[in-house]
Amino acid sequence: MATDTTFTNQEFKIVGTRPPRPDGVDKVTGRARYGADASAAGQLVGLVLRSPHAHAKIKKIDTSKAEKLKGVKAIITSADLPDLTKGDRGMFDMLENCMARGRALYDGHAVAAVAAIDAETARQALKLIKVDYEVLPHVTDVDEAMTPNAPIVQPHVRTTGIEPKPTKASNVSQKSEFGHGDIEAGFKQADVIVERSYKTEQTHQGYIEPHACLASVGPDGQGELWVTTQGHFTFRNVCAALLGMDIAKLKVTSSEIGGGFGGKTHVWVEPVALALSRKANRPVKLVMTRDEVFRATGPTCSTSIDVKIGATKDGRITAATATLRYQDGAFPSIWGMLGAMTSFACYDLANVKSIGYDVLVNRPKVAAYRAPSAPMAAFAVESTMDLLAAELKMDPIDLRIKNAAKEGTRASYGPTYGPIGIGPTLLAAKNHPHMKAPLGKNQGRGMACGFWFNFGGQTCTDLNIGVDGTVSLTVGTVDVGGSRASLSLMAAEELGIPYDRVKCTIADTASLGHNDTTEGSRGTFSSGMATIFAARNAIQVLKARAAKMWDIDVADVDWKDGRAVALRAEHGNLNELTLSEIAAKSPQTGGPIAGHNETVADGAGVSFATHICDIEVDPETGKTKVLRYTVIQDAGKAIHPDYVEGQFQGAAAQGIGWALNEEYVYGKDGRLQNAGFLDYRIPVCSDLPFIDTQILEIPNPGHPYGVRGVGETSIVPPLAAIANALSNAAGVRMTHIPMSPPRVLKAIKNGRH
Amino acid sequence: MRYEAPKTIKEAAGLLAKAKGSAFVLAGGSDLLVRLKSGMIEPELVVDVKRIPSMQTVSKTASGFRIGGAVPCAALGENEALKKAWPGVVEAANLIGSDQIQSRCTIVGNLCNASPAADSVPAMVAAGAKAAVVGPKGKRTIAVEDVVTGPGKTSLKKGEVIEAVTLPKPAPKSGDAYLRFIPRTEMDIAVVSAGVCLTLGPKGVVKKARVALGAVGPTVVLVPAAAKAIVGTKLDDAALAKMAAACEAACKPIDDKRGTIEFRTEVAGVLARRAAGIAYQRAGG
Amino acid sequence: MSEGIHVATTINGDAVEYVCSPRETLLDVLRNRLGLTGAKEGCGTGDCGACSVTVDGRLVCSCLVLGAEAEGREVTTVEGLSTGGKLHPLQSKFIEHAALQCGICTPGFLVAAKALLDRNPDPNEEQIRYALAGNLCRCTGYDKIVRAVSAAAKEIRKQR
Repeated sequence: MATDTTFTNQEFKIVGTRPPRPDGVDKVTGRARYGADASAAGQLVGLVLRSPHAHAKIKKIDTSKAEKLKGVKAIITSADLPDLTKGDRGMFDMLENCMARGRALYDGHAVAAVAAIDAETARQALKLIKVDYEVLPHVTDVDEAMTPNAPIVQPHVRTTGIEPKPTKASNVSQKSEFGHGDIEAGFKQADVIVERSYKTEQTHQGYIEPHACLASVGPDGQGELWVTTQGHFTFRNVCAALLGMDIAKLKVTSSEIGGGFGGKTHVWVEPVALALSRKANRPVKLVMTRDEVFRATGPTCSTSIDVKIGATKDGRITAATATLRYQDGAFPSIWGMLGAMTSFACYDLANVKSIGYDVLVNRPKVAAYRAPSAPMAAFAVESTMDLLAAELKMDPIDLRIKNAAKEGTRASYGPTYGPIGIGPTLLAAKNHPHMKAPLGKNQGRGMACGFWFNFGGQTCTDLNIGVDGTVSLTVGTVDVGGSRASLSLMAAEELGIPYDRVKCTIADTASLGHNDTTEGSRGTFSSGMATIFAARNAIQVLKARAAKMWDIDVADVDWKDGRAVALRAEHGNLNELTLSEIAAKSPQTGGPIAGHNETVADGAGVSFATHICDIEVDPETGKTKVLRYTVIQDAGKAIHPDYVEGQFQGAAAQGIGWALNEEYVYGKDGRLQNAGFLDYRIPVCSDLPFIDTQILEIPNPGHPYGVRGVGETSIVPPLAAIANALSNAAGVRMTHIPMSPPRVLKAIKNGRH
Repeated sequence: MRYEAPKTIKEAAGLLAKAKGSAFVLAGGSDLLVRLKSGMIEPELVVDVKRIPSMQTVSKTASGFRIGGAVPCAALGENEALKKAWPGVVEAANLIGSDQIQSRCTIVGNLCNASPAADSVPAMVAAGAKAAVVGPKGKRTIAVEDVVTGPGKTSLKKGEVIEAVTLPKPAPKSGDAYLRFIPRTEMDIAVVSAGVCLTLGPKGVVKKARVALGAVGPTVVLVPAAAKAIVGTKLDDAALAKMAAACEAACKPIDDKRGTIEFRTEVAGVLARRAAGIAYQRAGG
Repeated sequence: MSEGIHVATTINGDAVEYVCSPRETLLDVLRNRLGLTGAKEGCGTGDCGACSVTVDGRLVCSCLVLGAEAEGREVTTVEGLSTGGKLHPLQSKFIEHAALQCGICTPGFLVAAKALLDRNPDPNEEQIRYALAGNLCRCTGYDKIVRAVSAAAKEIRKQR
């Protein structure tokens, strides 16, 4: 059947090879056009005025002086973005996050915006806008926000998930609980119990391309938006809803995207740019500065986590619990819940419980960051696993192998696993030469595991065959890291034609049905599935056309290696017809040949990784160096292995940065102090070694080619792998991420005493 | 904002002296442009000094070296004679930023930006470098440590430009070194730093020493007590420990996003000790 | 408004003239006035290297150069790397080694890598890593970038 998702274990001819990506030349010559690279005739420059306060009442905004400045064409405040959300609190929060409504909830919250003829005029206009603030008490720390006397960030919020339902406002927006078994009984069976508390600081996705868009709205209510985004269909729907436009009349084109990692999954400045354009009746280009990116977009949560694990002497875990407190920024979300769901997902546990708290603070609205919430939970759990192994005098990897989840395991977050890769990645790690390599003075080795759910979702794909037999593959998931190459490989495989006969394009929202945002490692999984189905549809058409050309029954036509073959003996004199030959005749046999598919791609297989790393520490300064790093991850099936490795390496590098140096530093005034790449320290080239990768392929039964998402999982283990390596190198247990030199040196000194 | 690119130092000084609003010298621009774009400064005038020939060369003079105020730090690393004579100063200059920044940044700009964490300054102070200042009233020469008076503040008067930095001819059997601490391997501002210059007497005994620390106070600190701790020694462990203690005692750092008081103080001693070791080796000890 | 400054310069070998405001950076001029959008603004503070170009052969962040400073200089951007319809070996090796994912940092890396290979045709891994430390990449973990630069260096040496 065309849309059968079952894994068939076919032999691949093209999938699994490493051809050049279709957008390669554009990207090495500077021709590729990103968010800030588009222009329109008569365009204005948009700039946003942002709150310098962590929490304040906005008493008055006086734009009169700015309006009088020559060259200023439009100024907007929340008054220009009326509330059309009809009681949908999530949408209202998005609206309020785009433009403050009577109150500023974090340093960097937008309060007004200007469109002017050039950047200089817009900059001067911002300076002329007078905002009268009444500064309110603020809270930025997650534990502090949970204390009874903390300033309340959102007075309407009542904690959900607790009984009886509270009547008082709280910064805890949600309590969630996962697990099964009898925790008390489990701990009673334990010979050894280890308990520890951890903290992680807030980090940013750190994509190199700032948010940027070019918006154009006319007085007829029609509009266009060129934007760097992970999900242009979602952006269209949200922007249309917030601005009161018809979905069909807002065409959104996704530019090439300069990195997203979750940070470009929802709107920030786009509704503002559209509102400015609507007011000025001219195109408006709005490009964020790096300072704005850090202060007002993206970041992931800072957290505070307690873990308790008990085991019998032989290393069998009898009970495990975790309490996870995640700050979501100034708007309620589900990040604490996701942390609780992922925390023990690697293990086969009879008695397990995790409790997640979602907490509001005066920081920017948290967005997804690559396997969101999982790295912090894994840091806490995997560090505790090493502590437990030490108590049991067991090799940490053997302890994990002994307790690893397997097919049939009931996951701590509910479902029962199918075939999964945690066991195989652990075994591969145990047998990896890295594990046996010698270590020098002040050096240590650590390992850790990680899990991510992966996601499928709504997908729509077109496949059109030209008269020369080349194939236009049109997809709606944004290509963030080479997915056009992977999707072309799958189309070529299915049709039986060479890779270079396929050209994959990302369609704008007017050209294809809705596609969910490229998140949850879904691009290659879901668009791949829809591509395979669309190709199978096209093959049906190709077969019908061949039948027509041969004048035989279509039931007698088969498709093999890119050719139509006549099946029955009586058709023995008929020569095979290639795809190109059928395509060339298509104008005479019924017109264009196309395949199409729309689907909700279910069955995204869960993914696991095990990492090994070696760290050297300078005991006099606390400085660390990553000497060697190995990533082992299950890909289901690696469609284009180069880009699978690239995902592993990139995710590991982000995790390494998070583990060692990246953090948001807030002052006592609640203002972000390091909103730039100088002091928000992402790894530079000389900080890292080569990152070795090993791709395992445990097929996902829910995908015809066995594909699992690969993009996220490998950001999960590094925090713990490095913490474990560092404790082995320095002889002290690090419980606070990042393990920056001052923290490491302090821990070493305290350990000495 | 007005942009001028005069051809002579006199013209530059004249433009700066006559400016009505705030006026800035543009050498490499790696600090100035950041401040300009962030809106921290709103200059009336920017004077680009890169078209002034006397500020564009490194020359060996009878008394040592003269480094023009507009010479990019990358060019210092390409000057073999300078590198041989003052390896610590050149290393320090070459640590500022990336290759991209190296093509632009200058040691005079690094000095006049007046950051306590400036990489080239502790090394220059340890080396006994001097600044050749040209102003509306003529020329004067001052010690590098007398240029900066506090974070972002210098002793230069309106219209004054540092035309060049001069370094003495290194004494026989001398060596210098500079080390800084940064969390990454590149691209960071020094959390704490130390520059050391040593001259040896007979039998490898330290005869003269200068020790300067960065990012542990409002300006780069020259620490005579640290120098005293090693003069007359062969840099044995006891002397080095005493020197490190003197450095720690001289630290008056702050807690900020880059480091803590505790960390800066402890690591200042460690770096001074390590830098002294390198300088000692370079001096032939 | 400030008065415009007339600048005559050479960009990728071609004589170019433009008028810019005194505050405008070379990056702004390249992107907004000359349509050369290959150089990207990732930070505007010289910390990411996405705007790398060379001026008189020296690698710079064009976001930290004023447009006015380019008078009489020679500027090379990523658009000037491939000549005669052929990709530069660095460009082909970046594609071959999958040294780019999102690609936003790629122009800056190519310009910086070329500056490195122009002065050191046979760099080792450490030299490559330090020479590229001023260029941030958030996608690749730098692994494939370092390999591509190494391979391109080898290719260029072979061609000589």
